Amino acid sequence: MMETNTKNAKERGLRRYASFVKGYGVPTVLTPVFMVFEVALEVLIPLLMAAIVDGGLYGQEDFLLRSVIPASLRTGSMQLIFTLGGLMVLAALLSLACGMLGARTASVAAMGFAKNLRRAIFEKIQSFSFANTDKFSTSSLIVRTTTDVTMIQNTFMQIIRIFVRAPMMMIFAAIMAFNINSRLSWIFVIAIPFLLATMLVLISMGHPRFLTMLKKTDAMNTSVQENLIAMRVVKAFVREDYEKQKFHSSATDLKKAQIHAQKIFSWAPALQLFIMFTCTVILLALGGFEIIRYKTFGPGELTSLMTYTTQIISSLAMVSFFVVTVSMARASVTRVNEVLDEELDIIGADSPLKVTNGEIEFRHVDFSYTKDPGNLTLSDVNLRIRSGETIGVIGGTGEGKSSLVQLIPRFYDALNGEVLISGHNVKEYSLYELREGVSMVLQKNMLFSGSIKDNLRWGCADASDEDIVAACKMACAHDFIMGFEKGYDTDLGQGGCNVSGGQKQRLCIARALLKKPKILILDDSTSAVDTATDEKIRKAFREYIPGTTKIIIAQRIASIMMSDRIIVMDKGRISDVGTHAELMERSEIYREVFESQMKGEDE
Amino acid sequence: MAKQSEIIANHKGKRRPDNPFKTIARLLSYYKNCMWALIIAVVCILLYSAATIAAGYMLDPLVKVLESALSDKAGIHMDEQIAKYTVLLIYMAVLYFAGVITNFGLNRLMLQCTATVMAKLRTDLFDRMQELPVGFFDSHTHGELMSYYTNDVDAIREMLNNSVTQLLISTASLTGVVIAMISLSAPLFLIVLVLGTLVVLITKFIASRSGKNFVHQQKALAKVNGYIEEMMEGQRVVKAFNHEEKVMTDFDEMNEELRHVATRASTLASIMGPIMNNLSHIFYALTTTIGVLFAANGELIASLSKNSSFDWTKIGVEGSVLITFLSFIRQFSNRVSEISQQFNYILLALAGAERVFKLMDMPPEIDDGAVTLETGEDGSKVWRVISKEGEITKIPLVGKIELHDVDFSYDGNKLVLEDVTLYAKKGQKIAFVGSTGAGKTTITNLINRFYDVNDGEITYDGIDIRNIKKDDLRGTLGMVLQDTHLFTGTVMENIRYGKLDATDEDCIAAAKIANADYFISHLPEGYRTMLYSDGANLSQGQRQLIAIARAAVASPTVLILDEATSSIDTRTEKLIESGMDKLMEGRTVFVIAHRLSTVRNSNAIMVLEHGRIIERGDHEDLLRQQGEYYKLYTGAFELS
Repeated sequence: MMETNTKNAKERGLRRYASFVKGYGVPTVLTPVFMVFEVALEVLIPLLMAAIVDGGLYGQEDFLLRSVIPASLRTGSMQLIFTLGGLMVLAALLSLACGMLGARTASVAAMGFAKNLRRAIFEKIQSFSFANTDKFSTSSLIVRTTTDVTMIQNTFMQIIRIFVRAPMMMIFAAIMAFNINSRLSWIFVIAIPFLLATMLVLISMGHPRFLTMLKKTDAMNTSVQENLIAMRVVKAFVREDYEKQKFHSSATDLKKAQIHAQKIFSWAPALQLFIMFTCTVILLALGGFEIIRYKTFGPGELTSLMTYTTQIISSLAMVSFFVVTVSMARASVTRVNEVLDEELDIIGADSPLKVTNGEIEFRHVDFSYTKDPGNLTLSDVNLRIRSGETIGVIGGTGEGKSSLVQLIPRFYDALNGEVLISGHNVKEYSLYELREGVSMVLQKNMLFSGSIKDNLRWGCADASDEDIVAACKMACAHDFIMGFEKGYDTDLGQGGCNVSGGQKQRLCIARALLKKPKILILDDSTSAVDTATDEKIRKAFREYIPGTTKIIIAQRIASIMMSDRIIVMDKGRISDVGTHAELMERSEIYREVFESQMKGEDE
Repeated sequence: MAKQSEIIANHKGKRRPDNPFKTIARLLSYYKNCMWALIIAVVCILLYSAATIAAGYMLDPLVKVLESALSDKAGIHMDEQIAKYTVLLIYMAVLYFAGVITNFGLNRLMLQCTATVMAKLRTDLFDRMQELPVGFFDSHTHGELMSYYTNDVDAIREMLNNSVTQLLISTASLTGVVIAMISLSAPLFLIVLVLGTLVVLITKFIASRSGKNFVHQQKALAKVNGYIEEMMEGQRVVKAFNHEEKVMTDFDEMNEELRHVATRASTLASIMGPIMNNLSHIFYALTTTIGVLFAANGELIASLSKNSSFDWTKIGVEGSVLITFLSFIRQFSNRVSEISQQFNYILLALAGAERVFKLMDMPPEIDDGAVTLETGEDGSKVWRVISKEGEITKIPLVGKIELHDVDFSYDGNKLVLEDVTLYAKKGQKIAFVGSTGAGKTTITNLINRFYDVNDGEITYDGIDIRNIKKDDLRGTLGMVLQDTHLFTGTVMENIRYGKLDATDEDCIAAAKIANADYFISHLPEGYRTMLYSDGANLSQGQRQLIAIARAAVASPTVLILDEATSSIDTRTEKLIESGMDKLMEGRTVFVIAHRLSTVRNSNAIMVLEHGRIIERGDHEDLLRQQGEYYKLYTGAFELS
């Protein structure tokens, strides 16, 4: 069962990667073709050289002359030299052309492949739910779309270039060698497997050591980064020497791992040379004795056999190191596959249903970030919110306030029970329509690089300038925006770093208002706004968007005191619901929070 | 190859070293501990090149024997020829074998050297970084600093590992090959010289273009990566606003741009190989043709000699010479292109080494204080002060901090603190209130000497802190900073960071004070739970609790809490209040807080604005004054 699964996954993987070639199929196919031609021509050159040398210098008729060149050409040696020499230059020029074309098509194909791959990953991530994203962490997703893609792209390029080129070179060279002298060429039958075996042994021994080395490098870099980030802590606790010691030991570890790994690989060039030289000497011995004794073939052919030896051995070495590259890329492929194979846990319904009013209902809702009934973040939440109501939510960190509201636009799905909006389960809407109806200002405010206006238009792409100003006035953002030299065209810089925290929050509120939602959720999004402005914003909500359901989560009790109803969250449950006055009377938690914040003012 | 191209691209700014020779000399000094290995390695390189070229040269006499055998149709001297041929072959085999041995030796030795040198270089770099003042870290991004360890050190390692060895081998071999070729046939070598020039020119041309294109590619890549990063961080907003499609369209545009630029860069990079390879084939073909044409025993030479007084046979090429010569052509072109390529990489790596050395030469934190902390006879801590006359006085460590007319500026122009004077006694809690940039954190940065005052002075138990040895000064100060930073390791290890010799019980006791014990014991492995990447598996509030525990275990004389409870909700804060009170007991405490409820019970509250203390007093005083503090407190003002 397991086996068929992995096999299927492998097949699916291959088919998937083949699909990334789309649009770049022609260069992908052409590259190996060019490579084959290049190699064939390259292998032809020593043969021509042998013919020209043996024929022109020694009057020896060798294999090529006997079998291919017509007798008429073989009469005068000058003519022979020019013909063969011309052929040789022509072969080299053609080989050059093929080589360059191959390099070009390989680049086009590999970069196109990378583009498609990058797009596929990014598109997939875009469709991720938060539960999906949480599983990976943002930084690891970024690594997968960047570093891993580059790694796979390089491997892809090597596959279509080297993977065809090297074995072809070996095969062609071997064929030529056998044609020239089949008795001598038996040496390759022994040398090739021998070299291949030793290379494979080296690689299989060295590879794990190499991975250890890479891991040590990573670990060292991580600890350096940590050290840099926490430099103030290091200095404040006078831990410089301690940190140095820590680093010294990891640097020594790395050094040892490095030597340990590369020691193995330092055998490779020596072994390769050893086998190549051995073959050369044996060829020269056997071939030389044959020439001396029987004069059956010429020195030109003998030297061309030496060239083929070099070609065969070096392409073999290339193939074996290619195995290493591919196996290193496998880690990247696995990481990318994890993303592409991730099952989306939130998929919208395929329905034209629209959110018509701001009614919300929670029925026996349980929720867990880990989908584990034993580790519930929310348990048995029951709640009905009428359209147009203003609801305050209060409670400590980690008591489930944010989790509760995230279920409304289906950022997460409930584990048990159901969430209904305007009478329909949220799962009955398409994600687009659902989120069009619900606007959420998040705890972690995020503005994007671009102007203020660009950012506000996120709320509504075709909002008129009047709409924008109106929304900003409601969010008490208009005045400070006009205070900027460029007003609404002020550039925010990445992450909106050119405005203060309170201003950022008000811009985010304006952005959310532009969407003209049926439900507006403010998740702790006025924490940096002063109380007076906070009050003004709430007043504007009451006046201008009375029909919109407003859910306000706040740490500051003043922000929610005046709500129609207030929900008190405690340990993932709704501990109480009521007006300020009611809660002051009966909710101990509410009173505690109130007192911790208001004590000063009463004095 | 790809690796090295990346290195090129990563160094957009500077690609050439200012003073390569000085840098080389300094790098060489790192070989001090493995000087002998290096010398032997270089000898190996020379021997290796000489042996392999000499072995290749043996082809000439070998083919000469074969030639004589071919012309000796009857085979009269066959035995003699075989004997001669065998001896020559044995010489060749011995030379080749020497080549293999020396090759292995040089690889091994260089590997050992490089690893040793790199380890030393890394630790030197890291050690110096630890000693640099905080100001240095504030003025450089983590990315910039990391690039010393990744890009620069990597470039150096790549250079020492491959380029240097390669360059030495290539140069030695090239010299050998050239000598061999000239001695074989000077006229044929002229053809090859043209090849050499062409190879150098083409390499130079492509390398410079490909470098430029890699920079473009890197820029396009950075743009795409930046976009991905921004959109992932803003995923919630993207989803909340149904922006997926728009994001995809923008992404496609950038992705296509990247593909376009990357294709050009990659074409240039990968075209080099085939050009070099086939160029040598063309010259191989030309040399063969010309060589055979001008064969000493050929028709052309014979006819030329017949019609002129010049003895053309002198420049005629012998068969054995041609064959041997041809076998060197490939080597020649490979070596030339290797050298010209490696040269670029070496310059790059030297530029990297220069940057690294420059950092190592930066002046460390000034620490010339002579006042040290020691344990007195009764076991309590005392400052040991030596007066100008050499008299030793001992002042007990109490924790009295005073600031006298302190001015401070980060950049030397804009004053961040002006005329700040304040006194803090043991057992007192002093709070700083004010908006971002008012100078609250700066004051604490001065007390622990992350920065030094420009004017005025800060005294600790009456001693100017500039006279106190830095380690001893900081050792008595405990800090919980705005951004909590934890290290990879267990929770226990992270708490113990405050006091390295603390027992497990000490750490748990400290965690209890910080009210962190409860959540820690509910972690999957309790105190042994591993924390990764700055404690990403904990909530911000939990991280702060651990940081408080870490400060608690250090049991400092003076405690600085910079927004230490900002991520803890008011209820939890209330819960840890008693713990915090216990922690603050008997210490001098400085508190910076956003939430006014946190500072209310301080002995003195300083309201800062534009680097000046504009109001001071306790909570009641300040409310009565009805000034800025009153406005802040009643919410008429926003703190940003």
